[in-house]
Amino acid sequence: MKFAVIVFPGSNCDHDAYHAITAVLGHSAELIWHKDTDLKGAHAVILPGGFAHGDYLRTGAMARFSPIMRSVAAFADAGGPVLGICNGFQVLLEAGLLPGAMLRNRDLKFHCEHVHVRVEQTDTPSTLACHRGQVLRLPIAHGEGNYFADADVIARLETNRQIVFRYTDAAGNVDDAANPNGSVAAIAGICNEARNVVGLMPHPERACELILGSCDGLLILQSIVQACRQGHLAGGSKGHALQPA
Amino acid sequence: MIDPKVLERHGLKPDEYERIVGFLAREPNLTELGIFSVMWSEHCSYKSSRVHLKTLPTEGPQVLQGPGENAGAIDIGDGLAAVFKIESHNHPSFIEPYQGAATGVGGIIRDIFTMGARPIALMNSLRFGSFEEPGTRRLLGGVVAGIAGYGNSIGIPTVGGEIVFEPAYAGNPLVNVFCLGIARASDIIKGVASGVGNGVYYVGAKTGRDGIHGATMASAEFDEKSAEKRPAVQVGDPFMEKLLLEACLEVMQTDALVGIQDMGAAGLTCSTTEMGSRGGAGVEIDVALVPQRETGMTPYEIMLSESQERMLLVAKKGREAEVERIFSKWDLHAVRIGEVTADGTLRVKERGKIVAEIPNRALTDEAPQYRRPMETPSYLADVQSLAIDSLRPSGSSNDALLRLIASPTIASKHWVYRQYDHMVQTNTISLPGLGSGVVRVKGTSRALAVSVDGNGRYCYLDPKNGAMLAVAEASRNVACTGARPLGATNCLNFGNPERPAIMWQFAKAVEGIGDACRALDVPITGGNVSLYNETDGRAIYPTPIIGVVGVLEHADHVLERRFRETGDTIILLGEGRGELGGSEYLKTIHGLVRGTPPLLELQAERRLQQLLVTLAAERLVRSAHDCSDGGLAVTLAECCFGTNGAGAEVSVGAVAISRDSLINDAAALFGESSSRVVVSAVVDEVTEVLERAAAAGVPARVIGETGGNRLRIAAGGRAVVDVAVDEAERLWSTAIETHFQRRVA
Repeated sequence: MKFAVIVFPGSNCDHDAYHAITAVLGHSAELIWHKDTDLKGAHAVILPGGFAHGDYLRTGAMARFSPIMRSVAAFADAGGPVLGICNGFQVLLEAGLLPGAMLRNRDLKFHCEHVHVRVEQTDTPSTLACHRGQVLRLPIAHGEGNYFADADVIARLETNRQIVFRYTDAAGNVDDAANPNGSVAAIAGICNEARNVVGLMPHPERACELILGSCDGLLILQSIVQACRQGHLAGGSKGHALQPA
Repeated sequence: MIDPKVLERHGLKPDEYERIVGFLAREPNLTELGIFSVMWSEHCSYKSSRVHLKTLPTEGPQVLQGPGENAGAIDIGDGLAAVFKIESHNHPSFIEPYQGAATGVGGIIRDIFTMGARPIALMNSLRFGSFEEPGTRRLLGGVVAGIAGYGNSIGIPTVGGEIVFEPAYAGNPLVNVFCLGIARASDIIKGVASGVGNGVYYVGAKTGRDGIHGATMASAEFDEKSAEKRPAVQVGDPFMEKLLLEACLEVMQTDALVGIQDMGAAGLTCSTTEMGSRGGAGVEIDVALVPQRETGMTPYEIMLSESQERMLLVAKKGREAEVERIFSKWDLHAVRIGEVTADGTLRVKERGKIVAEIPNRALTDEAPQYRRPMETPSYLADVQSLAIDSLRPSGSSNDALLRLIASPTIASKHWVYRQYDHMVQTNTISLPGLGSGVVRVKGTSRALAVSVDGNGRYCYLDPKNGAMLAVAEASRNVACTGARPLGATNCLNFGNPERPAIMWQFAKAVEGIGDACRALDVPITGGNVSLYNETDGRAIYPTPIIGVVGVLEHADHVLERRFRETGDTIILLGEGRGELGGSEYLKTIHGLVRGTPPLLELQAERRLQQLLVTLAAERLVRSAHDCSDGGLAVTLAECCFGTNGAGAEVSVGAVAISRDSLINDAAALFGESSSRVVVSAVVDEVTEVLERAAAAGVPARVIGETGGNRLRIAAGGRAVVDVAVDEAERLWSTAIETHFQRRVA
C-alpha cells in the first residue's frame, strides 16, 4: 500500500514519517510537495510534524491555503484515512477538518519528552490495531499542543466518541500531572465524525524502532495499513464501521 | 573626514590605518574603511590568536577538511564524512539572549550545510553567573528559549551539551554552539569563487540595517553602555533558514555550483572577500542589485550588514537557470549581484560607479597579525596554593554529596533539554542527560557520538593543564559511549588579548590543547576564537571548549551512564589520587577556587579510551560513566539516577591527604582525579573485563555491586555515604526548576 506524506516548506518530520513507513514498515510512500494538487493514488495521507510555513502567525494557519490541502480535504470527504501528527494535527484544525484549536502549552514552554497516552477509540483507521484502553508510550515535541474547544464541542466529541487519545500516567489514569500541556479533557488526539481523519500531538513515527526507545508508534501506522487492507476506507464511502482488533 | 574619532569608532589603531593607506596607496573612503575594520577585527582576522593556532595539530588520515573552510570534516567510513564545527555567540547573547543564541544556532547550521552536509545534530556549551546573580535566570531562560526556538523550528535535534554556573561569567555569559552534519565524502562543497565571468548570486533574506558592526562589537569589551549596542544584534528567522537549507542542498546535487558561503560575521564583505581569496580570484558586485529590506541604504551599510539567513554563491556559466529554478521552488530568489574577476580584487559598485576597491590579500592574508606580549598572571601563585589542613568541613559526607548533586552545575539539566526537540530526524539513540549525544547514521550500521566539554575553573588555575583536561574529558565522554574519538573542534573563550596575562592564558591553553589532541589522536579540524570576554575590566575564566566527534561501529552497542541490572558488578577503571584542587567540592562546600587541577597523564588517558572502545564493541560492559565534576561519589549517584531508584553498594580505598578524616573522605569521594570511568558488567564478564584492562595497562578494580534502593559508599572500610536513591534523584532532578520557582514565589 502507498502513503502520501505532505511536505510543507517548514515540515521537518516528513522524512521521519517516510522512513518509518518505508524502511521500518516496508510500505511505499511518496513525499508530496504542498504546491502540488495530486495525491498520486495514495491510500492514506499523513500530514507530518514541523512548522508548516514558519508558523509565526498561528501554527498551521497558513498551511490550509496550500494547494494540496484542497486534495486532502476531498480525499478526507471521500472517506480516505488521514493522519495529522503534531503540526499536521494543528493544520487539520486550522483547515476545519477537525474541530477545536491549539493554545500554547500552559507553562508557555516547548516540551520534548516521552509521555503516555491511552487509546480511547479503536474504530478509527489510525487505531484499529490497538486495544481500547491500551497505554502507548510516545514522544511529544511541541510548544502549542494545549487543545481547546468550548464546552459544547467537547460534549459533542464525548458523545460521538471522537476523543481518540488522552494523556495519562503509565498505568492509564488521567491525571493532571500526566497532562504535559494543559489540554482540555487531557485530549491528545481526536477524529472527525466520520472517524477517518485523526489528529494527535504525539509522534508515532518517532517510536517505531527499539533503538529509539519505543515501538508503540508502530501500532498506529500498522492500524492504517490494516484499515486499508480491509478496504473499508480507501476511496470508499463515509462512515463505514470498522472491526476493532 | 577620517579622523582619530572615526578610527576609534571602527576599532582601528593608528598604525593599522597607516597600513591600510599603504595597501591602497591612497586614503580609503568611508566604505573601504568600514570593510577594513570588520575584516581586520579580531573576530574575522584572528590577529591576536593566529600565531598560536598555527601550532595545533590539524592533520591525520581521517581528516578530509581541516581549518580554513566553513567547517571541518572527517572520514567516518561508508564513503561518508562528518562535518562539524563549534562557534561562539557570546557577545550578542549577553545583549539580547533570545536572538543572540538563536542567531548563533542559525550561523553554525549555515556553516555546516554550506559544506554540502545535512545537519543532523546540535549541541551547546553554556556558561552563566551563579543563580544568586540577578541576571542569571533571565539570561539562561532567554538563551535556552532562543536555542530551542531556532533548532526546533528548523528540525535539527539538540542532542546534548553542558551548562556551568560560575560567578566569573555573570557579566559575560558564554554561548558556544556546535553543529554536526553528514555529507558524501566526495561531495564536500567549498567556499570558493573561481572561473572568470561566473555569476555571483545572492540568495536568502533581504539585507537590512541590523547587525552592522557585529564583528567589531564582538571584538571589544563590555561596559555599562553595552545595552546601547542592542541594534547590532540580529534577528533570526529559522523558517527562512529551513528554506535555504533545503534549497542549497538541492542545488548542490546538480553540480551547477562552483562554491558557496554563508554571510555570517561581516556579511557580504567577508563572504565576497573570502570566496575570492580562496579561489585565487576577485569578486565584483553592485550593491544596488542586493535585495534590501529598507530604503536609502548606503554601500557602507549594505556591505557591513549582518542580516541573517543570507548566502552567497557562484554558479557555473550556462547553468544559472537550473540554480534559479531550484531556489524559486522554495520561494527564494537567487539574484545575480556580480561576477568573478581575474584580478584578485574586491570591487564594489553602486549603480556602476566604483565605491570600494581593495585587493583581497590586504583583507585576508595580509591582515595584521600580532604576537602580543604575554606574562604570567599575578593571581596565579596565590590561587594555586591550597592549605588542605586549613579546610573545615561543615557537615557529613552524606550532606556534601546531596549539596553537590543539587548544585546547578551538576544537577540534571532536564528543565533545559526538555525545551529542545532532541528527537526530530529519528536518529537520537542516547537521550540528553545520559552521556554524550549519540545519533545513528541512517543507511549504515554506525552512529556518531559527540561531547562538548570545558572547565574554566581548571583553566583559571592552570590554563595548559585545564585545556588538556578539557580535550581528555570530551574525548573520554565519546569513548564512554563506545565510540572511537576521531576529530575535534574548539571554541576558545578568553578576555582581552591586549592584556599580557590574558594572552599568556590563551597561549598556554592552546599549547595544552595541541599536546592533548596529538596524544589522543583527535586533530583539530576548525573552530572559533572569542576574545574580549570582559565587562568593566573583569575577565571570564579562560574557557576553551572542546567538541569531540567519534564513530561507533555498531549503533546498537551504544553505552550510557545508567546501571542496567541489579546484581551487576561495578568496576572502576583508572586511579583516584584524592585530588581536590579546583574541584566542585571545594567550590560548593568550602567556597574556594584554589589549588591545582588534577594531574593528567595523556598516555594513560589514551589507553583508558582505547580500552573503553574495545569493551563496548565486545559488549563486555553494560554501562560507562566518566568521573568529572564532583568526583567518584557524584558519578556513582548519576549511574543510579534514571533506573527507577535502583541503588549500589560500593567500597573504595581510603585517602590520606589531611589530618581531618572528613577531608580525607571528601578527597576519596569528591576528588576529581582524571582518566577514571565507572563501568558495570554482568558477574560472568568481570574476569574478562579485568584481564582486558590489565592487558591494556589500565588500572581496574571491582568496587561494588548494583542493587537495593540506596547508594552506600564505604571509604577505607568505614561507611561514609548512605542515601536513598529516589530522594537524591529528586534533589538532582528538580534543582534547576527550584531556582526558577524561587523567583516566581
